[in-house]
Amino acid sequence: MASVSFAKLNAPSSQWIGQQSFSQRQGSSARFPARRVSVPIRAGSYSEELVQTAKTVASPGHGILAIDESNATCGKRLASIGLDNTEPNRQAYRQLLLTTPGLGEYISGAILFEETLYQSTTDGKKFVDCLREQKIMPGIKVDKGLVPLPGSNNESWCQGLDGLASRSAEYYKQGARFAKWRTVVSIPCGPSALAVKEAAWGLARYAAISQDNGLVPIVEPEILLDGDHPIERSLEVAEKVWSEVFFYLAQNNVLFEGVLLKPSMVTPGAEHKEKASPETIAKYTLTMLRRRVPPAVPGIMFLSGGQSEVEATLNLNAMNQSPNPWHVSFSYARALQNTVLKTWQGHPENVEAAQKALLVRAKANSLAQLGKYSAEGESEEAKKGMFVQGYTY
Amino acid sequence: MACNKGKYHDELIANAAYIGTPGKGILAADESTGTIGKRLASINVENVEGNRRALRELLFCTPGALQYLSGVILFEETLYQKTASGKPFVDVLKEGGVLPGIKVDKGTVVLTGTDGETTTQGLDGLGERCAKYYAAGARFAKWRAVLKIGPTEPSELAIHENAYGLARYAMICQENGLVPIVEPEILVDGPHDIEKCAYVSERVLAACYKALNDHHVLLEGTLLKPNMVTPGSEAKKVSPEVVAEYTLRTLQRTVPAAVPAIVFLSGGQSEEEATLNLNAMNKLKGKKPWSLSFSFGRALQQSTLKAWSGKEENVGKARGAFLVRCKANSEATLGSYKGDAKLGEGASESLHVKDYKY
Repeated sequence: MASVSFAKLNAPSSQWIGQQSFSQRQGSSARFPARRVSVPIRAGSYSEELVQTAKTVASPGHGILAIDESNATCGKRLASIGLDNTEPNRQAYRQLLLTTPGLGEYISGAILFEETLYQSTTDGKKFVDCLREQKIMPGIKVDKGLVPLPGSNNESWCQGLDGLASRSAEYYKQGARFAKWRTVVSIPCGPSALAVKEAAWGLARYAAISQDNGLVPIVEPEILLDGDHPIERSLEVAEKVWSEVFFYLAQNNVLFEGVLLKPSMVTPGAEHKEKASPETIAKYTLTMLRRRVPPAVPGIMFLSGGQSEVEATLNLNAMNQSPNPWHVSFSYARALQNTVLKTWQGHPENVEAAQKALLVRAKANSLAQLGKYSAEGESEEAKKGMFVQGYTY
Repeated sequence: MACNKGKYHDELIANAAYIGTPGKGILAADESTGTIGKRLASINVENVEGNRRALRELLFCTPGALQYLSGVILFEETLYQKTASGKPFVDVLKEGGVLPGIKVDKGTVVLTGTDGETTTQGLDGLGERCAKYYAAGARFAKWRAVLKIGPTEPSELAIHENAYGLARYAMICQENGLVPIVEPEILVDGPHDIEKCAYVSERVLAACYKALNDHHVLLEGTLLKPNMVTPGSEAKKVSPEVVAEYTLRTLQRTVPAAVPAIVFLSGGQSEEEATLNLNAMNKLKGKKPWSLSFSFGRALQQSTLKAWSGKEENVGKARGAFLVRCKANSEATLGSYKGDAKLGEGASESLHVKDYKY
């Protein structure tokens, strides 16, 4: 209901006030009469489409398949199964994933790397068309990676704002409808107020530019798993980070009904002596979300960040045991692809089995989104943790 | 479960949740001595302690009214007053299942260099006062920050100053066992349209929650008392359904789900208008993780005052009027108000006073 009236309410610039000349007013503020500010229009011409895209991605029983590994990172994946990092190999791997029959039953969006957005199958069919046929929204990674943040405590910041508007417009033309930008926050390094502010501000700028060009921004400040801190500390940092993020998103006039979040779950650090159960992780994570995420945001798609495939599914399931004001789902890369890769091994004869493995994981997470998942029958491989200390993505 | 779990953590959460009980709301009876004097003057009643006490007794002892209330905000004097037969008001309220609340701010002062914008005073010694009020039976507090819409207002300075004042007040209250009502009132005065009110409300509320978060306020143990989103007093009126849509949209964009209840101020709307708007909000379908209720002063008391006119023989009639408004607003919190409340004299009268000094 909100989006119907919303379109009506978001009338274009007829609301401009501020066409009058400066008034001559008494009082100390009259010395420098400021320009009257009109009401900023959020998201401009794409608002309805953004709201619709976000809603589609955030539909029940669905989540995101993240396959936006940069060429270097994809190279690591291929190397782990003895393959060279060549374009044909990357293309073959993504083709395996994106042409999996029935994928659209569980996956509502796929995040691509730039190279992949412009690739086709060996039969010449564009990947974006393969996705659209399955009713899967194509997304695109738009950040340009992390670099050291000067003046911080060995922390990073995320680049990519230069020329982002024109790149986004090009991606939209090619068929992308949502974008993703990943910045990180490190608890062992503080995090410093500077690093948090930079992460939040960068995300806000990226989000505003994305929306201006028709792309729903996925907002991802990943709080890295590294560290030996307890879960309470993760909660504290997450609350601080998200408070800054939402404040700057608002200042940049970002349309909340047209964004998606990609947070880390609130867990103890990877090196903390005690592991937390899915129920504890769910409790802390939902507390954080309830304290920081306005209900206008349609979907929260968690990153897996090094959890095992089964862990990531169990945790998501625990979060969906009662209704939430936003769609709570997944945007997994490693936690959807690990077994697939190992099954494929680069051999064409294994493609079908590998695709089946993808469907198994996708379905499990789909059930978890509905709160109906059970871990019975999961393979040992799926339970293997994938945490890599100091992981550079 | 929060990192700094204060002494009153669980109690604050329970009390805040209780105030948001569906079917109930807050009676704001915390008019300062000066302000209540204006009300009494309007019905030709002298502003003396006995009359102030009599008015509050009239309200609190209305048979059947307390079931529709979860809280009553009091002025300091009233917290220590009793009924004519000697029963403390706080006991009357508690026995009726109503939490006593206390106004703790000390009014507004002008911010130098602005065009009449204000900040709210009251932080000095607030901790000790809150502890004292808690001992006297209060369980929630209220602090009213005021902003206005103008060509260059609200300014960044006014927003920041009022938001951070609210956050400091909220933190101190929680340390002393009182659930803070966070009230950033954006005055209705002006010719602006509803879009402008929505935009300003979003900015103000975003700043408020940023400030509350920076101060580590336990959101689950707070309440929000915002203005509804409406056109300005000099602009064309809109229907309750439009008020409801804009208000809900604004709240969805700014208020975290952890806040248990939003209790609207009436800010000059007539009794009936305020009830109809609240009702429309509760009928509207959409994401509403907080309950939507009332914290009305004028919009609960106007026709009661007129019916009483300070005369003992009118108390029954006045109580009848009060009960009607309480019940109507209770139904409005459930979205079941049919607009059929027996309208007392003055129920449809606008209560707007330009540039109202509270």
